[in-house]
Amino acid sequence: MSDDIWILGITMTKFGKHPDKDTVDLAAEAAMGALRDGGVTMKDMGLLAAGCLMQSNAGIGQQLQKQIGQTGIPVYNVANACATGATALRTAIMAVKSGEVDMGLAVGVEKLAGAGLLGGGGTPKSDKKEWSPSGRYGAVTNTDGRIGAASMPAVFAQVGMEYGHKYGGTSFELFAKIAEKNHAHSTLNPLAAYTKRMTLEEIMNDVMIAYPNTRSMCSANCDGAAAAVVVSDAKLKTLSLEQQRRAIKVKASVLTSDPYEEGCQVLPNVNTLTKNAARIAYEKAGVGPEDLDLVELHDCFATAELVHYDNLGLCEEGGAADFFLSGATWRDGKTPVNVSGGLESKGHPIAATGIANIWEVCHHLRGEAGDRQIEGAKVGLAHVIGLGSACGVHILEKSGL
Amino acid sequence: MANQIPLVEYLELGDQPHLKAHECTSCGARYFDRRNACAGCSGTEFTPVVVPDEGVVKAFSIVTFAAPGVPVPFVSAIIDCGGTSVRGNVINCEPSPEVVHLGMPVRLATYVLGTDDNGVEAIGFGYEPAN
Repeated sequence: MSDDIWILGITMTKFGKHPDKDTVDLAAEAAMGALRDGGVTMKDMGLLAAGCLMQSNAGIGQQLQKQIGQTGIPVYNVANACATGATALRTAIMAVKSGEVDMGLAVGVEKLAGAGLLGGGGTPKSDKKEWSPSGRYGAVTNTDGRIGAASMPAVFAQVGMEYGHKYGGTSFELFAKIAEKNHAHSTLNPLAAYTKRMTLEEIMNDVMIAYPNTRSMCSANCDGAAAAVVVSDAKLKTLSLEQQRRAIKVKASVLTSDPYEEGCQVLPNVNTLTKNAARIAYEKAGVGPEDLDLVELHDCFATAELVHYDNLGLCEEGGAADFFLSGATWRDGKTPVNVSGGLESKGHPIAATGIANIWEVCHHLRGEAGDRQIEGAKVGLAHVIGLGSACGVHILEKSGL
Repeated sequence: MANQIPLVEYLELGDQPHLKAHECTSCGARYFDRRNACAGCSGTEFTPVVVPDEGVVKAFSIVTFAAPGVPVPFVSAIIDCGGTSVRGNVINCEPSPEVVHLGMPVRLATYVLGTDDNGVEAIGFGYEPAN
């Protein structure tokens, strides 16, 4: 008996605006979809791991159970920034791997349409204006905008610019071209929030949010959910041939946080924890970046996608700009990246993202991706990063049956 | 001179305003906030050090859209001050990509941020072009 873990069923809802559905509606749609996709029911589940970052103290897991099945199983409500979905999935994988249960359900959901700018700002001081130091920096007032920026578009702009400072080759136009690719890819994805192709000119002339990121180079806030059923190898062997054929092997499931390095508490270092997660994942999976047929990586901003080409080892160190300009990451290139449209165009309902990107990879590995199918895809990688920081990397492989 | 208070405790005012950091006595890691222990080596002893006033811009973003109450545009930047990374705005120059660039030499500068009901001035800091 092997200790392999498989994804038996997986689904995502349409990403976009769902004004007539609440978070539990969306979570239920995804969870029931994943169970149906796997040919199982809530009664088969040994645990539920669930995340909804914006309502992280609301017990989304139990709320979901109240609607789709209160079977008394343990619920793990998780919150791990933009890696919340990947953390929920990894929680289910760890539980199955431990042998405590043979099947688990992971769900990520978010209602984020119209949420606007994330990060930054702060609480206003009292009515009487009196400078009074508070907090760990002894600040007398909000520092966002006075000591650099706390908003996500600006933080990740600096991440991309730092890469440019270190290695050269970056420009506003280069970053915009990455968004051009992802918006083009999304035209083939009916579940993406935005499916409109945008020209480079439209992207560069869009509203500037935090140079060099214009609005269409930022992840799209939207509503959505995704869910996955994971199963042990032993249990899978008892299921139907069709279930076994469609099951996707989890070759590696890795979660890391950011190790201390100079400057990492000044500008978050999103690089080292991603490099660490990728290295561990490749070792566990016994594959290298050259074996990947597609990659879904965390393009929360166009400036972020570039650095992760390097962090995931898709290119040589320092070579991300040349690698992108070679066309390698377009859907017909050597290593297609974000053929779903990525967070910039498919959308980024935070806690759903870390399972939705795995659904995208599974969809291709199963040969079910329709118009956007990457032909012959056998191995794929999904990556998310949440500031703070948490990085999830999963490597997936199609069934040999 | 009016009664003054720094925007943050790690800005030391006086004739020559400068930033100070807590340096871990065991591994040399530097921090600007109140510490429980060192994130690099878990050491618990720190010594105050003065951060060089001059540095180069190693990352920046020109922020034109921010949370309510945050005046825009402004230039958020990470400055390499002799090996210590510092976050601060690039000030006293036009916030445009034609002016601000990677590798730009800058130096610490202070300004009055505002005065409270007691007549106390809060002093902020940023980095201005050094050339």
